[in-house]
Amino acid sequence: MKRLLALLMLALPLAVLAADATPTDLDPVSAKRAVDISAQLRCLVCQNQSIAESSAELAVDLRRQVNEQIKAGKSDREIVDFMVDRYGDFVLYKPPFNMTTLLLWLGPLALGVLAVVAFVRTLRARNRAIVARPLTDAERVEAERLLSQVSKEQR
Amino acid sequence: MSEALNDDGVPPAAEPKSNLRFLIPLAIFIVLAGFLYRGLFLNPREVPSPFIGKPAPQFSLAQLAQPDQSFAPQQMQGQVWLLNVWASWCVACRQEHPLLVELARRKAVPIVGLNYKDKPDAAKGWLAQWGDPYDLSVKDLDGRVGIEFGVYGVPETFLIDKNGVIRFKQIGPITEEVWTTKMLPMIEELRRS
Repeated sequence: MKRLLALLMLALPLAVLAADATPTDLDPVSAKRAVDISAQLRCLVCQNQSIAESSAELAVDLRRQVNEQIKAGKSDREIVDFMVDRYGDFVLYKPPFNMTTLLLWLGPLALGVLAVVAFVRTLRARNRAIVARPLTDAERVEAERLLSQVSKEQR
Repeated sequence: MSEALNDDGVPPAAEPKSNLRFLIPLAIFIVLAGFLYRGLFLNPREVPSPFIGKPAPQFSLAQLAQPDQSFAPQQMQGQVWLLNVWASWCVACRQEHPLLVELARRKAVPIVGLNYKDKPDAAKGWLAQWGDPYDLSVKDLDGRVGIEFGVYGVPETFLIDKNGVIRFKQIGPITEEVWTTKMLPMIEELRRS
């Protein structure tokens, strides 16, 4: 009994999650689409939530727009474009690739390349700096003395 | 330092070409700090409107005062005018209202109100209480026209030219400063053209 209860409790958050942004009168496939589209769109009022998550009035209205347009047979692309036309690229959580977002998209990649280049160069420079040089006689004697000392200590 | 390394038989790594090399991290830090500092003073609420330079969306809505009459933006063709989005439930609208009333008194520019997601009775009461600067107001009961204009916060004000093209958008209350430094010069220029 206790276990069953615990299991039910564990399932509770799922139920809460499912209650978010439930479109009202759409078939399951369209409903899924509506949620997917809404999740890509930023709520302008509460900027860190998508319109799927937000309960701000504007988000409710925009979800209604999404539902209506799905019912009207618009494609996902068309619905997203509709929002971009009115609210700008800012409504998209995933910014489009264009001139103003060039640095945003390619910046990390460029930094990564730069880091690899710097790394390789440093390694090469270090390799070049190590010059093989035969030991002088005095150094050889000293080295042998040290080595024999170590092997004595180990015994 | 390099001498000590040589004593161990390991020559030092390649000599820095310049002694200023250690300044690179500092330079990067300063640049980054500069960007972040600038970011402190940017307003994330001000989303650039994609409408600037584009024709205002068309609509036809019933007027607030005379519900049997409608208004469409084409009716303002040939005039430079303001479309002000307001609502009686909007606190910031109260803040900009005295300025709008003053502009109306001076007949500075025609102002059309878009009464956004409001109850008509509440809206009329609000205008009766605080003054009515609008040539007319239209009722956007369910906020659909607001969406057409990309409205996300009230008040918002659109400056529309003689050809129905949006030239400027103020998000949030119009302040004295915005009016004198941006909107008025723009309106005068648009009127001349």
